[in-house]
Amino acid sequence: MGMTMTQKILAKAAGLDQVEAGQLVESKLDLVLGNDITTPVAITEFEKAGFTQVFDRDRIAIVLDHYTPCKDIKSAQLCMQARNFAQTHQITHFYDVGQMGVEHALIPEKGLAAPGEVIIGADSHTCTYGALGAFSTGVGSTDMAAGMATGLAWFKVPSAIKVVLTGTLRSHVSGKDVILHLIGTIGVDGALYQSLEFTGEGVSSLTMDDRFTISNMAIEAGAKNGIFPVDERTMEYINGRVSRSCEAFEADTDAVYDREVVIDLATLEPTVSMPHLPSNTKAIGEVEGLPIDQVVIGSCTNGRIQDLRIAADLMKGKKVAGNIRCIVIPATQEITLQAMKEGLVEIFLEAGAAVSTPTCGPCLGGHMGVMAEGERAVSTTNRNFVGRMGHVDSEIILASPAVAAASAIAGCVADPRSLSCHIKE
Amino acid sequence: MKVYKYGANVDTDVIIPARYLNAPDPASLASHCMEDIDPDFASTVEEGDIIVAGPNFGCGSSREHAPLAIQSSGVKCVIAPSFARIFYRNAINIGFPIMECAEAAEEIGLEDKLTVDFKTGAIVNETRRKSYQSAPFPEFINEIVQEGGLLNSLKKRGLGK
Repeated sequence: MGMTMTQKILAKAAGLDQVEAGQLVESKLDLVLGNDITTPVAITEFEKAGFTQVFDRDRIAIVLDHYTPCKDIKSAQLCMQARNFAQTHQITHFYDVGQMGVEHALIPEKGLAAPGEVIIGADSHTCTYGALGAFSTGVGSTDMAAGMATGLAWFKVPSAIKVVLTGTLRSHVSGKDVILHLIGTIGVDGALYQSLEFTGEGVSSLTMDDRFTISNMAIEAGAKNGIFPVDERTMEYINGRVSRSCEAFEADTDAVYDREVVIDLATLEPTVSMPHLPSNTKAIGEVEGLPIDQVVIGSCTNGRIQDLRIAADLMKGKKVAGNIRCIVIPATQEITLQAMKEGLVEIFLEAGAAVSTPTCGPCLGGHMGVMAEGERAVSTTNRNFVGRMGHVDSEIILASPAVAAASAIAGCVADPRSLSCHIKE
Repeated sequence: MKVYKYGANVDTDVIIPARYLNAPDPASLASHCMEDIDPDFASTVEEGDIIVAGPNFGCGSSREHAPLAIQSSGVKCVIAPSFARIFYRNAINIGFPIMECAEAAEEIGLEDKLTVDFKTGAIVNETRRKSYQSAPFPEFINEIVQEGGLLNSLKKRGLGK
């Protein structure tokens, strides 16, 4: 029986010729990742179990990105624990303030994820690297501890949903709209325990930043991973970043899928997810004019250079509406520098937006944009659960960088294609 | 024992809000468990209570703090039709029992007394005199749970230094 792309990667890493959906395998890991919230718990478990050595100091990445630069003393203590561990074990890829970025933008940028690799991260959005044709998935702190000690992880081999992309995206529509549309179609548990395998002639038109955004939110459909085929754009991206050998896997032509979903990219509208589930999607026209208080442009979903270019293009020469707090967070130091060189930071500052150092901050209601009771944000982040960005009675509308930028200027939920808006009472 | 009942898609942000993740010790996590969905939970929960919920329990963030908060609250197990996959593996990895059973999750009421057997997957509703069978764990996973978690089982196998 044919195997999916994910199944072939897992089989090879487990030293098997063939695997099938539902089978439990133990696979070798190419990278084990953690952040400042999950790594300290992993370290505690690692030490409690009596481990004293990591399996490979070059295959562990620790990125202090969630509550950093540290928001309070407790966060600082957690970062210190991670910092000390990294020093003790001489962890090669340890990223602290000044080098760190939002982990899922940073890891590909540093060439730490490549086609065909098996990656676990103690962060649910580790599925991002599926954009590069890797098998990567989010796990918890104990898995991270086990991975750091043994270089192994157990997996239930997933079945898959085949997502066939056709056509090309229209103006002001991007990867975010694709993944929100998909989640709206299949639901927040639509791909539970499954892979999302993207394919079809529409893939080639998607930029790497679009693909990172799409794979990033596979978890919001419940998926184990969201994986793209490896093509010229993938190779162009890793060229100069990845020097080790890697292998591009392709699904067998007779691979079996649980379900097929076809998306014609040319038909997609700017799409948003209304509170309080990512699957609660609406075309922008249905919710235009809704009053808002805050706009966040950033995160592991949409803090990359293409996202900033899209936002800056809409905000150039304009002002953030008087009732809006607009926070722009380039996801890494490299992206920040590039945005400065291209004049994007200047556009944001002149528009009256705040530009932050890299951090996950507001996405999880940590810091740098926590909301008060009754407030509402348009945000390019990935979750709009109850209380996610602050007060339990605040609301998040998930959107693309284009919708977020247009909304910041308009002062209400706005369509980037028209950028005219009247706040509805 | 008491039953706490919740709906579909209970996410890890409501199980343990991110604002409390800067203090990951079990007692602190337990004191804020379920705070944003059920503010009375932490003050009323007792050893041996059971959470019964809708599908996709534990969706969202990978924070192991979520099953840890529930476990540290004294909850004996969670029964739901399905679990989000990271929560599922986190619960197994820390040795916290979860049981997948749609029929039981739907029918169990707040006043019901339950007995559960993780080895066999049996759930008995003593009040309504009805038995259910949850999906059994594969042997590999059963071993992890019975060893008290993933790291203990790896140690026993002589893996890692």
